[in-house]
Amino acid sequence: MANVPAELRYTREHEWAKLEGDRARIGITAFAQEQLGDVVFVELPKPGARVAAMQAFGVVESVKAVSDLFAPLSGEVVEVNGELTKKPEIVNTDPYGQGWMIVVKLADPREIDALMRAEDYEKVIAAGGH
Amino acid sequence: MHATRPAYDKLVFELSSPGRFAHSLPECDVPTGDVSAFLPADHLRPEPPELPEVSEVDVIRHYSRLSQMNYGVDTHFYPLGSCTMKYNPKLNEDMARLPGFSRLHPLTPEWAGQGALRLMHELARDLAEISGMDHVSLQPAAGAQGELAGVLMIRAYHLARGERRHKVLIPDSAHGTNPASTALAGYTVVQLRSDEHGEVDLGDLEQHVDADVAAFMITQPNTLGLFESRIHQIAERCHAKGVQVYMDGANLNAILGITRPGDLGFDVCHFNLHKTFTTPHGGGGPGSGPVGIKEHLAPFLPTPVIVKRASVKNGDELALDWNRPQSIGKLQAFWGNFGMLVRAYSYIRTMGPDGLRAVSENAVLNANYVLSRLEDHYDRSAPGPCMHECVLSARRQKRLGVSAMDIAKRLLDLGFYAPSTYFPLIVEEALMIEPTETESKETLDAFCDAMIQIAREAESNPRVILDAPLTTPVRRLDQTLAARQPQLRWAPPSPR
Amino acid sequence: MRYISNTPAQQREMLQAIGVASVEDLLARIPPKARLSRPLNLPGALAETDLVRHLRRMAGENAGADDVACFLGGGVYDHAIPSPINHLISRGEFFTAYTPYQPEASQGTLRTVFEYQTMMAELTGMDVANASVYDGASSLAEAALMAHSVTGRDGIVLSRGVNPLYRQVVETYGEGPELRLRSVPLGDGVTDLGALRKAVTDRVAAVVVQSPNFFGCLEDLRAAAEIAHGAGALLVAVSDPVNLGLLTPPGAAGADIVVGEGQGLGVPMSFGGPNLGVFATRKELVRRMPGRLVGATVDLDGQRGFVLTLQTREQHIRREKATSNICTNVALCALMATIYVAIMGKRGLRKVGELSTAKAHYAAAELTKIPGVRLRFAAPFFKEFTLQLPKSPDRVVKRLLKERILGGVPVKAFDRQYKDCLLVAVTERRTREEIDAYAAALAAAVA
Repeated sequence: MANVPAELRYTREHEWAKLEGDRARIGITAFAQEQLGDVVFVELPKPGARVAAMQAFGVVESVKAVSDLFAPLSGEVVEVNGELTKKPEIVNTDPYGQGWMIVVKLADPREIDALMRAEDYEKVIAAGGH
Repeated sequence: MHATRPAYDKLVFELSSPGRFAHSLPECDVPTGDVSAFLPADHLRPEPPELPEVSEVDVIRHYSRLSQMNYGVDTHFYPLGSCTMKYNPKLNEDMARLPGFSRLHPLTPEWAGQGALRLMHELARDLAEISGMDHVSLQPAAGAQGELAGVLMIRAYHLARGERRHKVLIPDSAHGTNPASTALAGYTVVQLRSDEHGEVDLGDLEQHVDADVAAFMITQPNTLGLFESRIHQIAERCHAKGVQVYMDGANLNAILGITRPGDLGFDVCHFNLHKTFTTPHGGGGPGSGPVGIKEHLAPFLPTPVIVKRASVKNGDELALDWNRPQSIGKLQAFWGNFGMLVRAYSYIRTMGPDGLRAVSENAVLNANYVLSRLEDHYDRSAPGPCMHECVLSARRQKRLGVSAMDIAKRLLDLGFYAPSTYFPLIVEEALMIEPTETESKETLDAFCDAMIQIAREAESNPRVILDAPLTTPVRRLDQTLAARQPQLRWAPPSPR
Repeated sequence: MRYISNTPAQQREMLQAIGVASVEDLLARIPPKARLSRPLNLPGALAETDLVRHLRRMAGENAGADDVACFLGGGVYDHAIPSPINHLISRGEFFTAYTPYQPEASQGTLRTVFEYQTMMAELTGMDVANASVYDGASSLAEAALMAHSVTGRDGIVLSRGVNPLYRQVVETYGEGPELRLRSVPLGDGVTDLGALRKAVTDRVAAVVVQSPNFFGCLEDLRAAAEIAHGAGALLVAVSDPVNLGLLTPPGAAGADIVVGEGQGLGVPMSFGGPNLGVFATRKELVRRMPGRLVGATVDLDGQRGFVLTLQTREQHIRREKATSNICTNVALCALMATIYVAIMGKRGLRKVGELSTAKAHYAAAELTKIPGVRLRFAAPFFKEFTLQLPKSPDRVVKRLLKERILGGVPVKAFDRQYKDCLLVAVTERRTREEIDAYAAALAAAVA
């Protein structure tokens, strides 16, 4: 049974975005953290940094793998989850809640339309995640 | 056979007792007085560093006990694929320790180090003959450095012809150092697919090879243990577009005296002396990674190049030639890992041409024998005979909940070091087995019996595999904790 | 055949089991036109006694330090190697073991590397050291790459006091990432700090200073650190760890990365290799470090254990995005150093430093009594110094070798500016007798 909250939007690279007014909260999906295994380190940008849709904005590391983090949407980073430095395991235990990574002030809210809805993302992970 | 549980669990710092010492240094025999007389105070440590204070007996006992917690080729069959864990001859160790070699300073004037230079010159010539290359540099300190040197020479070659190329093609089955070395040389890596037979997809190669590609890198035989049979076609396609062809020589043990990189169309190849040529692995190094090239790359060789010069007084004389304006420069400070070069030289002289050929024939025989005994119990990764190593997949066992890693741990309990796991990346639950030619049929049979036992256990009693290892000093270490909270040095326990 | 276990009978059995007639059948995929049709053109196999004779002869042609008094330095030193080291590292479990990827079967190696990391961090005054890289020069090159990656800048400023061979390696490694190297001259044997200040702009990733430097002189690392940090660059200090039992560790002077050649810590000179590349840095930079790292952890039963950790930096996982392409470390040499430091201990390593520097100063005093021979630089030195000679250093060296003395390294080959100079190193191994004999021989050589 896939853990894919209906109210979020998704990328093919397994990031999720949650719209919060003119901002979006961003993290990685339950599928992604499962594939990675125990997360040991998360490298995130500083507040003020600019991110661009589908460009890498950081890195998530597990014991055996490393993955780039791709921004679902463009904009300016306004918040960064400092808890993840001390407790990267939150990404595993609560990927959609306390495991959020950055909050971005959107440059172009219309970019949301390019993101997948829950049903489409579910199909992606059912097909193996590629 | 081994130190089992409870384990010896001390670090040398924990054996310290203030005032204890193991060193034996003479009294100062020169009348200079205290160092503070000629060394400025702000350059002196106020306190000595926090280092152990132990006796010689402590040292001997401690490190001897630690050694007993290791599996080595001297004690265990070590079928690590692509590592060529063959026997390390003790004769080679004695030769490397000859004082005329081990006590020789690298900056000794050349005319006082002719024996060392001659050994290097002859070894380079031998490796050139073995590989069908025109020149060999012995300087790179390891295979990865050999790769870097090779790719940098290719880069220099293109630049000298007025061309700036940006890409290097590498199969998806390649060892991680291939793309890493390539990236270090400033190139973009383009990955090529492997086909259903495990060889490079020729169509994918055709699509990608163009005038912006500097080189194509491949391991031969490849990392699935298969000989890339279309290598001549591949080389031709590449050369037609000016692309240089590089051979990762990690698997050279399969083809000594049988075929040669230079005859297969390669322009560059590197050697891993710590694989094919028996220099010991030492727990992770030192290695030695000479690189061989065809004539057209000679101007770019690292400096210095060891050359033979006619000398009026002494007949032929060996010298270090630094006058190489187009050289890529240096990979390490001095001339190469000479201590390892002595060992490799000693090995090549011990085996001779017939011996080296027998090495590869037996390496191939042993790997195919293992494959024939195991192919009913584990999935093959590719059809046909293998070369000196075979890659199996624990796919079947994974469906029963037993992974390649679990199998590796169980093998430790059964007295064997595990094969390589999860490499190459393109094979699911990969187990890469390279027996080498120095193992006997009895050992191979014992290993295969163990593997078959594990395959059966996966069906009837997987718990015993999943709980493994049970007999090693530690079991199933927490890698996650180590990475989340890195503790990379000893610290004294905090006072209670 | 030597080192091949199977008998012809066993080979036949195996072929039968495989289902082929001969090994040739297993080689069928190799294109016939690529098959060697002749044996390799190599000398025939030598039996053990013949090989030993052959190699003894070759070794005998070299002026090894057991036959001559060695005053050579320049990055490799004739420090004494305590007897237990060779015995311990020759244990098959150590030297025939592989990289510790299966930690349960490699706790011996992993623990010794953990000890090594601790010792190097302590000696250099840094938070963390890696499991070693190939040699001091490539360690410096890796430091330059790391500084480039951390700062995003491509300038590397190197003092001319840095070993010229090391600089060449940095140049080679810097080709791919297109690093721009710049030299800063010396003023009387040490880095010209005024020139350094001018050279360190906001495009500089790293400032590299060696202390003691190539010419033997002690450098002001604190001043260099200030200049580097003022411009947002890292200070990379090159230091011989043997000296750090006595000298201020570069970490205390503000270095961000410390590299150096650890050969003096119990590794044979062996004509320049294998060596021991020390690499240490601050804990904030640990994830950008190249090379292997061993970390402590616990196992399933809560027992202490050690593993390779932070492996995602390395080539076998990160591939083209790895911090470096390095695969091996020089594990066995690191083990030699670990045992050396354990044997020397707190006081011994300090004493090695004291003896070396005392004897070097005695030698300098005696040699400069000879008319025409002077110290080229007035700056304080440690165990190595640069002599200016009134006659060709190459010729002098030749004459000295006739007296069984390897007097020093003519500097001309490294730096033409000092072509009348000889670099002389003195370790704790040199006796007063040897030094006095050197002085007498040198007096005759330059008379």
